[in-house]
Amino acid sequence: MRLTLPLAASTGAQTDLLLLGLLAVSLAVLGLVFWLMLVYAIRYRHNSPVDRGALAEKSFRFEISWTVATLVIFFGLFIWGSTIYVRLYQPPANALKVYVVAKQWMWKIEHAGGQREINALHIPVDTPIELIMTSEDVIHDFFVPAFRVKRDVLPGQYETMWFRPDRIGTYHLFCSQFCGTAHSNMIGDVVVMSAQDYAGWLTTSGGGKTLAAQGKGLFIRYGCAGCHLGGGTVRAPSLVGLYGSPVPLSDGSTAIADDRYIRDSIMQPKSQVVASYEPIMPSFANVIGEDDLVRLVAYIHSLAAEKHG
Amino acid sequence: MSQIVLPQSQISYLSDGVSLRSWLLTTDHKRIAILYMISITFFFFLGGSAAALIRYNLLVPQGMIQSAETYNRLFTMHGIIMVWFFLVPAVPVTIGNFMLPLMLGARDLAFPKLNLISWYLFMAGGACALYALFSGGIDTGWTFYTPLSSNYAQGHVAAVVIGIFISGFSSIATGLNFIVTIHRLRAPGLTWYRLPVFVWSLYSTSVIFVLATPVLAITLILLLFETLFHVGVFDPRLGGDPLLFQHLFWFYSHPAVYIMILPGLGVVSEIIPVFARKELFGYKFVVWASVSIAVIAFFVWGHHMFVSGQSLFASVTFSLLSYFVAVPSAIKVFNWLGTLHKGHIRFDAPMIYAFGFIGLFTMGGLTGLFLAALAADVELHDTYFVVAHFHYIMVGGMVSAYFAALHYWWPKMTGKMYPEMLARAAALLMFLGFNVTFFPQFILGYLGMPRRYHAYPPEFQVLNVLSSAGATILAAAYLMPLVYLTFSLFRGDRAPANPWGGLGLEWQTPSPPFTINFVVTPVVTKGPYEFPKPGIEPSDV
Amino acid sequence: MSEEVAPHTHFQYADATHQSDTAVAGMWLFLASEVLFFGGLIIAWMFCRHWQPAGFDAGGRETVLWIGTLNLFLLITSSFVYSSGLAFMEAGNIRRLVQCCVVTMAIGTLFLLLKFYEWHIDLSENLFPAGPFKITGTDAGGARMFWSFYFVATVLHALHMIIGVGLVGWVAVQARRGAFDDGWYTPVEVVGLYWSFVDIVWIVLYPVIYLVGRG
Repeated sequence: MRLTLPLAASTGAQTDLLLLGLLAVSLAVLGLVFWLMLVYAIRYRHNSPVDRGALAEKSFRFEISWTVATLVIFFGLFIWGSTIYVRLYQPPANALKVYVVAKQWMWKIEHAGGQREINALHIPVDTPIELIMTSEDVIHDFFVPAFRVKRDVLPGQYETMWFRPDRIGTYHLFCSQFCGTAHSNMIGDVVVMSAQDYAGWLTTSGGGKTLAAQGKGLFIRYGCAGCHLGGGTVRAPSLVGLYGSPVPLSDGSTAIADDRYIRDSIMQPKSQVVASYEPIMPSFANVIGEDDLVRLVAYIHSLAAEKHG
Repeated sequence: MSQIVLPQSQISYLSDGVSLRSWLLTTDHKRIAILYMISITFFFFLGGSAAALIRYNLLVPQGMIQSAETYNRLFTMHGIIMVWFFLVPAVPVTIGNFMLPLMLGARDLAFPKLNLISWYLFMAGGACALYALFSGGIDTGWTFYTPLSSNYAQGHVAAVVIGIFISGFSSIATGLNFIVTIHRLRAPGLTWYRLPVFVWSLYSTSVIFVLATPVLAITLILLLFETLFHVGVFDPRLGGDPLLFQHLFWFYSHPAVYIMILPGLGVVSEIIPVFARKELFGYKFVVWASVSIAVIAFFVWGHHMFVSGQSLFASVTFSLLSYFVAVPSAIKVFNWLGTLHKGHIRFDAPMIYAFGFIGLFTMGGLTGLFLAALAADVELHDTYFVVAHFHYIMVGGMVSAYFAALHYWWPKMTGKMYPEMLARAAALLMFLGFNVTFFPQFILGYLGMPRRYHAYPPEFQVLNVLSSAGATILAAAYLMPLVYLTFSLFRGDRAPANPWGGLGLEWQTPSPPFTINFVVTPVVTKGPYEFPKPGIEPSDV
Repeated sequence: MSEEVAPHTHFQYADATHQSDTAVAGMWLFLASEVLFFGGLIIAWMFCRHWQPAGFDAGGRETVLWIGTLNLFLLITSSFVYSSGLAFMEAGNIRRLVQCCVVTMAIGTLFLLLKFYEWHIDLSENLFPAGPFKITGTDAGGARMFWSFYFVATVLHALHMIIGVGLVGWVAVQARRGAFDDGWYTPVEVVGLYWSFVDIVWIVLYPVIYLVGRG
């Protein structure tokens, strides 16, 4: 039986250090409290002859000092924990994107190359990985203990999470938000592979058309192309080069066109209208499923590369 | 002022009528407290049986209970019963009901009829929830997260929600009754700073009852509406927001955690000075720690949602506030230690429970620091670490405090002494059993075992078996008081008015007290813990 | 024979004033609890509206403005009438108090009848959020949610009104029986607090239901 959890992601090292720090503080306080309880219980038992002397009349000084000491230590822990957390939610720009669609009770993984897998995630070692996750029904939670990350997967919106695996191996994937009957079967494997193995896996797992290529087909099928591509861009903004760039909105603010923005623009087009356009786009909520949405987003993502490349 | 002379004023409340009717229609706060005690004992063993089955299931990785669905219903039932029908009413409503007027030198609560109605509402809510839990049960978890609970779960979600809703009225009525009583019915000379700390903690608890419970009520109504008509307030497919439910739910349920622990802190602050024969160290700090916990409790709910998708800014703010709420708890622990210093400590059963409480509450509090640290919570959230953490507070803390209070005031409530040696043995066994049960769960959580799993990977088995073994010890320890306390009712020695040498007003009444508590309203001239200074040997009572 | 000295005073109180002040304090606390109850509802409402204002406003425009407005005036009037009754009570005029109670009950009942009529209109226009719904298109989701909140809020308020009418009726019966005198009329005050509160809830709900969507 092992009592330590293997660490397989470089991004988790700081979390482990924080846990150690918390453990040290806790043990120190716990040791002090238990020690004092024990000493007082023996020394000041009611029939102990020990001389109690005079009582400390002024408690004010003690109170202030231990309150301040507690505050300082707690504030330090707060800063420490928050700094790491903030970093945990800022994926690097070059991260490899993988889409995750959760449903009762399975994880569907979609790779950019069109490879699909269920309850398994194959990723290359030493590469930052960004997961873009959503759910088709209830709230789930993508939890990989070896990477020290977890994030709730919500229906109706994208949540993202990133990590950089640094050890080859197979690790547990758990759903950690209770999601109904087979919650404890909603588990899988995260397989971290060397770069060559990963390349080999990508080819053998086939996939045929890439996600973006599949998305292109859907883009035409759902009629998006009519307004958003080619000569039709009078009524609607062109999507070429959109991904990752700032978008001026009709209310004067600016949004960054990330996965979440693109998803929201398809599902609730009226919530963030691009400046100088009319809010005429219909909502595709309940029309496009999460699987197809992922493909559309990947396609719009690929349009950005088209412009730059 | 005319002295109201009551007939039969010198009769013990237990002898004042023996018919069932005289109990079920009583407006005497002491009898209502006994009604509550019987009810919550029933609920405690019911919820405990569910816990036993949970631990039984987790003996083997694939689960001893065949169906995951049954397991899910079991832990949901365990959570709902233990939170709403045991922990919330345990110390504040049961012990509080009995002791509050006695400690204030009052003859009853401000609104005795409302107090009786509270009990009936509590029982009606309990009956409604029990009906649903036994005619199939529900599999949502006690947290009712949407859209699982509103549009996916099976079973009688609506009936359970209505049950909790009704029992919420009972909480509000009791809280209101307590606040008004503390404001209006203190004996002459009983100034705010002469109030026992237990009264202060009941006051803080009642504020949460009155101000947080209605938010739960409206949340449940919206949930009910969504469940019955399939319209979306919380379901994103219908345009709702599932996080809104979590915000509203935790706005109640986090302060509710303090409903469950604040009275426990109060009980321990009563017991330690009495058994150390020494004035409570830093009385005003302990008092204001209770009040500030009750206030800050309203602003930390978001720490249940660090990985749920709330904004980064919200998470960071809630983390900071969560650390603030931990400071007053730490202050209390230090003050208890200060009270023990240079005392004359006796180890009667209530004191052993109180010692156990300090140890377990400290561990529960310290592991709370892990969960308040954002990055650590990302790893530990929704694992067994959280399960262990809140059981250390709720069971290690609150249930220990409940037993401490029960033993401390048992002579007053029943007029009988319990068997001391058995009680000490049970207290020690409870401490041992509790730690064997829940300490392994900290490690399980750190290793990554998620909560609410019917089956788990085989590498977690050793710790799970250990935990289940501990649960067996714990179950035996909980059965012991049930047996010997019941036994003491019939065969126990007669209790003196003040067996522990306490200074509170409750000890100035006979054991058991008269129906009207005080024939002559007492006049208070000093604080509740002004024991003789050291050097003067306290006289044994 | 202390019973005659203080016929209404329970044994845990020192005197009648003590008991009366305590009852009023209890009512205030109960109303604090009610504020959090309706407050939670309105905050949830505003939070949801924030994400889809267009849908909420489209829903809001379907409400029956004239009934809501008439009901607003009715309730304000009823509070005035009841408060006058309390003033008469303070002056020892129990007959006037009973009359005021009857008028208050009549206005309250009229409010409820109008409310039932309004629900009837709403339902016949397919404005109940479940099932077939009047508004279609992109605003349907938000509008349905508006109508969810509308029904929850108005039903809860109407329940409070029904309880209120019952309480005022009880005060009237007690007053006629001569249960109150100018030394003790706490229930009249306590019920008055409750009635005013239910009135205030409507004053808050009125703009949220009828005006925001039309603004």
